[in-house]
Amino acid sequence: MIDWDWDYAIRILPALLGGLRVTVLATLLGSVLAFALGLVFAVVRRNRVPVLNQLVWGFVELWRSTPLLVQAYLIFFVLPDVGVTLSPLTAGVLALGLHYACYTSEVYRAGIDAVPQGQWEAATALSLPTSRVWLGVVLPQAIPRVLPALGNNVISMFKEVPLLLAITVVEVVATARQITAGSFRPVEPFTMAGILFLLISYPAAILIRRLERRVGVL
Amino acid sequence: MSSEPMIVFAGVEKRFGDNVVLSDLDFTVAPAEHVTLIGPSGSGKTTILRLLMTLEKVNAGTISVGGRYLSHMEKGGTLVPADEKYSREVRKRIGMVFQQFNLFPNMTVRGNLIEAPTRVLGLSKEEANSRAVELLDLVGLGEKIDEHPSRLSGGQQQRVAIARALAMRPDVLLLDEVTSALDPELVAGVLSLLRDIGETTDITILCVTHEMGFAQDFSHRVMMFDGGKVIEDAAPDQMFSAPEHPRTKEFLAAVLNRS
Repeated sequence: MIDWDWDYAIRILPALLGGLRVTVLATLLGSVLAFALGLVFAVVRRNRVPVLNQLVWGFVELWRSTPLLVQAYLIFFVLPDVGVTLSPLTAGVLALGLHYACYTSEVYRAGIDAVPQGQWEAATALSLPTSRVWLGVVLPQAIPRVLPALGNNVISMFKEVPLLLAITVVEVVATARQITAGSFRPVEPFTMAGILFLLISYPAAILIRRLERRVGVL
Repeated sequence: MSSEPMIVFAGVEKRFGDNVVLSDLDFTVAPAEHVTLIGPSGSGKTTILRLLMTLEKVNAGTISVGGRYLSHMEKGGTLVPADEKYSREVRKRIGMVFQQFNLFPNMTVRGNLIEAPTRVLGLSKEEANSRAVELLDLVGLGEKIDEHPSRLSGGQQQRVAIARALAMRPDVLLLDEVTSALDPELVAGVLSLLRDIGETTDITILCVTHEMGFAQDFSHRVMMFDGGKVIEDAAPDQMFSAPEHPRTKEFLAAVLNRS
């Protein structure tokens, strides 16, 4: 029988919530970076921009085939050797953003491919400049369709943030570990950390499922 | 009609892989002329329109519109493939209406009509808007200006698409089976709109259609295609009442019996 100490649980809650704030912050910033960069990747690939296209392709293939943890280590511990020193949180956000940009670029690609060929042809027939074809015609049709898939990426990222404790980001699981190190009671801190993740992930997943029903699954 | 042709195809060849769609094709179209292209499917009619709209590129030969090459440009006395900027310049003078309408669903009817005039021709919002209002009145859809295309019937969408093409004030208008995707009861309205436009403007019109009645009274000239070549080129009365080529006779008998 597991012994649960309510007084202890209530006492450690504020520290865990502080850690959760860091987790949420890293997820939000990482998502913004991943969404923006992923979009750039997708447009570069589809437009076949010379040289850049190959660079993006190479980066995405390489980055998708290596673990996030290795990438985080490289950014945090190896970049200082070439003169780039980042705070743990900045390095973590960068690692998450770059890693997930590779996945969001595929999501955008699916959305762009779902825009009918006739839309591109109509844009050509009207002589619209490339920037307007993308901003006025293609992306406004592609992005609403991929919002649920992008949302699922945010949830995945949220659950991967604890990996960043390896580069000393004090998010919610790192906080639970610190508490355990002082009290030798792991049950409450880790259970509560898990519940905190659940309380955010599950409602978010339900919201996304609703969104999927509205825009259709791609 | 002026002596300078509006459209010139010279030795045009188009292949898709090993499949030769057009071979050594020569023809000209005079300004303000209405030409209908007829022929069995796969005969290359639609490819001609798509080449003119630069949606496809020629494999050999040249096309010019209004005295300027379409897919080539002159550089140091020789012809080189046109770059995107040059193509866009020449293309501005050409409009196209598609079988599937291809309105932009993320914009209102107004948005569809003012997008290109403001972004490409540099018209002010006010100028483009008054042009849009005028054209929507012409196509009989003035009250739909703030609707989204998805709220319109197929016939209404196609009339908006025609207005959108006209908003660019093109010299050349390409009509690619514009009534083929419409319910039968909506076809007549679109065709009578096109007859109006034909009578009241001096736009050069190339039209691919299976509506032979329309082809007969709308066109100045009908070209019959088969196997990527023009096998007969005649005034509509001649073409429909006394076709000469056996393939034309066969084709017309088949399509006229069907309808």
